[in-house]
Amino acid sequence: MGTTASQLRKDLLSEYQELTFLTKQEILLAHKRFSELLSKEDRNLTRVPMEKVLSLTELKSNPFRKRICHVFSTSDMKDGSLTFEDFLDLLSAFSDSATLEIKSHYAFRIFDFDDDGTLDGGDLEKLVNCLTGETDDTRLTPEEMRQLISNILEESDIDKDGTVNLSEFQHVISRSPDFVSSFKIVL
Amino acid sequence: MEVVGEEDGDTEGKRKNGHSKKEEKKEDNERGEKVQKKKKNKRIETSSEQESSEEVEDEVEEEGEEKPEVLSPEELEKLKEAVDERKKRISTLRGKPWPMRKKLLTLRESHEFVEKYEGALGKGKSRKLYAYKVMMLKKWMKFQRDFENFKTACVPWEMKIKEIESHFGSSVASYFIFLRWMYGINMILFGLTFGLVMVPEALMGRPYGSMPRKTVPRAEEANAMDFAVLWDFGGYAQYSVLFYGYYNSQRAIGWLKFRMPLSYFLVGVGTVAYSYMVVIRTMARNANEDGGGDDNSFNFSWKMFTSWDYLIGNPETADNKFASITTSFKEAILEEQESRKDDNIHLTRFLRVLANFLVLCCLAGSGYLIYFVVRRSQKFALEGLESHSWWERNEVNMVMSLLGMFCPMLFDVISALENYHPRIALQWQLGRIFALFLGNLYTFIIALMDEINLKREEEEVLKLNMTIWEASLYNGTLGANSTAPPITVHPADIPRGPCWETMVGQEFVRLIVSDTMTTYITLLIGDFLRAVLVRFLNYCWCWDLEAGFPSYSEFDVSGNVLGLIFNQGMIWMGAFYAPCLPALNVLRLHVSMYLQCWAVMCCNVPQERVFKASGSNNFYMAMLLVILFLSTLPAIYTIVTIPPSFDCGPFSGKSRMFDVIQETLESDFPAWFGKMFSYASNPGLVLPFLLLMVLAIYYLQSTSKSYKQANLELKKKLQTGPTADLHAAEQNEENKKKKKMAALKAAMDLEEAQNARSEAPRQQRNNNASQQSYRDRGEKKGGEHRAHQGKSNHQIPPSATRPPAPRGHGLPGPLPGNQRQPAPSVQRVPNSQRH
Repeated sequence: MGTTASQLRKDLLSEYQELTFLTKQEILLAHKRFSELLSKEDRNLTRVPMEKVLSLTELKSNPFRKRICHVFSTSDMKDGSLTFEDFLDLLSAFSDSATLEIKSHYAFRIFDFDDDGTLDGGDLEKLVNCLTGETDDTRLTPEEMRQLISNILEESDIDKDGTVNLSEFQHVISRSPDFVSSFKIVL
Repeated sequence: MEVVGEEDGDTEGKRKNGHSKKEEKKEDNERGEKVQKKKKNKRIETSSEQESSEEVEDEVEEEGEEKPEVLSPEELEKLKEAVDERKKRISTLRGKPWPMRKKLLTLRESHEFVEKYEGALGKGKSRKLYAYKVMMLKKWMKFQRDFENFKTACVPWEMKIKEIESHFGSSVASYFIFLRWMYGINMILFGLTFGLVMVPEALMGRPYGSMPRKTVPRAEEANAMDFAVLWDFGGYAQYSVLFYGYYNSQRAIGWLKFRMPLSYFLVGVGTVAYSYMVVIRTMARNANEDGGGDDNSFNFSWKMFTSWDYLIGNPETADNKFASITTSFKEAILEEQESRKDDNIHLTRFLRVLANFLVLCCLAGSGYLIYFVVRRSQKFALEGLESHSWWERNEVNMVMSLLGMFCPMLFDVISALENYHPRIALQWQLGRIFALFLGNLYTFIIALMDEINLKREEEEVLKLNMTIWEASLYNGTLGANSTAPPITVHPADIPRGPCWETMVGQEFVRLIVSDTMTTYITLLIGDFLRAVLVRFLNYCWCWDLEAGFPSYSEFDVSGNVLGLIFNQGMIWMGAFYAPCLPALNVLRLHVSMYLQCWAVMCCNVPQERVFKASGSNNFYMAMLLVILFLSTLPAIYTIVTIPPSFDCGPFSGKSRMFDVIQETLESDFPAWFGKMFSYASNPGLVLPFLLLMVLAIYYLQSTSKSYKQANLELKKKLQTGPTADLHAAEQNEENKKKKKMAALKAAMDLEEAQNARSEAPRQQRNNNASQQSYRDRGEKKGGEHRAHQGKSNHQIPPSATRPPAPRGHGLPGPLPGNQRQPAPSVQRVPNSQRH
């Protein structure tokens, strides 16, 4: 249907297979889906703007979709647009065979809303608000929010500096039995 | 990000080193062997400019791929290390959280390096071999990768499961993944039984009708082809490769000399062994990934960081998930806040005891019911099955299936009395259903045992009758002395023993079939019909059917998983006596997959309370293991204790089924093998071996306990934080310093004492005082030890202003020692050093 997108070169394909956790079919499928996102006018563009990426069914209902785009985007303008390689990075980190280290590393960056390298109270509050949905009746009261954040910091903040850094985060996540199976996106 | 920055610097440094190692220097033709080519010698420099190395690289590339002839061993070693390091980097690239561009660059650079210098590593004659090895290795890796791709492509139903995941989340999808895994196991079992038991007998064994055991008896011939009889697995179905009784006990059949009885026995043992291996391997893998689940230490953090299911792609499901996450947050906060209100703990306890009592009554009642029904069916069988209605003929199976359907609902109602937390209630529910199924199964088996005994008595009687019958055959045709021509009797007319093994096989097959039918009908009525009614009657009903009473059903993950596990248990139990069971199960699972996938997408709604069923993954595996063990017990018991029927099956004529092994050892293996085996099975050898294993288990148990202890301690250390460690370290340092001070003081005192003979006592006192003050100042500070040093260094100048001249040979003392330490530039270290 329509013009076929440019084919993926064979040597690139084998390199991508070595560098990601995806199989050949998954990479080809990703290429197909990515090409569909590029509309006809910007055929020669290599970057897909964030809105188009967010229209993918797998990301549409995800409360962290914007953060995901920002984290994997390598654009200089920080606008969350993705090239095909960024897209592959995304799928590789969220794939079934990715290691716990990769997943926890990217999860940390996704949850770090202000990109300062630690999860402080503000990040955690935004995180909770994302998780409880957008409507008002599902949000937590400020009192509950405060209680929740203090509980979380008590559990995870080992050096008691008021923030959760990457190694503390990875320590918490590595004990969880559900993380690897829920942190998955499959095309 | 700091982390990425660090790694950037790391690779930069590594890249520099790599380039340095790539430096080559042209050499003159000193060696003299190859005059035409220019020889280059590798000179490994530890530091070089990147530009010069690039220049050299260009030169190298211009001259083409020339490999130097001679390399000194250390250089060879270093080169090998470099190449290995590059290879390792290539293999770990995909696990690095870098952007793709960077990974691609590193990959290409490393590949270039490896390709260029790999060939140089082999020298002389072995170079060709080395190059060959390298090429084979590359091909092998490519093959492995393609094979992995192929394997993933082969996995069936991937799209279906992905759709279900996106609509219902991972807990419902976990049931289907479990189903698919079971399907894989059953395929292998099917392959074993079909390929090694059914096909050889069908192709190479005696054909139908050539032996009594392979022919439908004359009495049953009339209706052997009726559908009703076939559905019941009688008639032609009974006298076929599907059941035990058809197989001939001839030791070797066909031109391949296929050992049929041996194969039958070994396949039976092999299916069980394979199942054990697979289940335990999966359990071990799950246990590894679990990481020893700490259920309550990170409650809130896990809820925060891991509760969102990224597979969800459906807005409705997402809304549900939001609601459930919010509820779980609020609940957890409440639980944390409020103290346990034990307002009426006695009432709660009483209610719980009452509930358990009721459940026990239920279980006992269902067990008795099954026993009663099986006895009745035996009575019916004696009277002849035709005189009874369909219900009475299939009573046992229907009763078992119905019990399996209604009792869990009853348990659910009873558990409302107990007032447990939902997750605990779910565990109790699962435990009770498990006990129910187990009880039913074992009652069924006991009843079956009774029937077996009955049949064996019948067999004895028949054996006696056989001799009489044979005599009566010859009676009419023989003269007294003449040798009689062998009388040909049609196999269908020969009286048969009641083959108890086939009877057992038939019972299991009927049970499975009726169970399957019940499941499908429940699915259609309970889920589909209900959904249709709710959907269409809603227009003309008083209250909202969709939100109110019936509404759409949710997918019951645990109930379905338990059903699957128990079905598999029945397969394991009956597979020895009915080789067709794995084939039947494969068919059943195949149909189940499609039917349930359709039903779930069409009639079910996502669950409201979403439990993390992932922790129960190992729970289900553990149940499967228990069922496997319990279901192989009866089969093993019957094999070992009950003698096989005399006229049917591959073991007919032997006194015990496992005699076939003995026979094989004697006739097919050389004599020394048999002797060795008999030595190995000597109790004198087996008992010490068992004892050794018990000791090994005890030892492993105690080491694992000590590891757990060590783990806990480390965890505690981590929890109380580096502050405690630091305090301990400071304490240590202080102690050390004190000791050092004391020692130095002692030495100095000695010096003083020596000098005091030629020195003024005033100076001595001065020095003592200054040292005292120094020591006091040093010890008073409880800060970091570096600051300690810094402080002491600050204090040095005032106390160093001692009268210098008389101390000609210069008091070595503590202070010059301190002065000489390289720490003077270390000032007070800020608090943030720990970050």
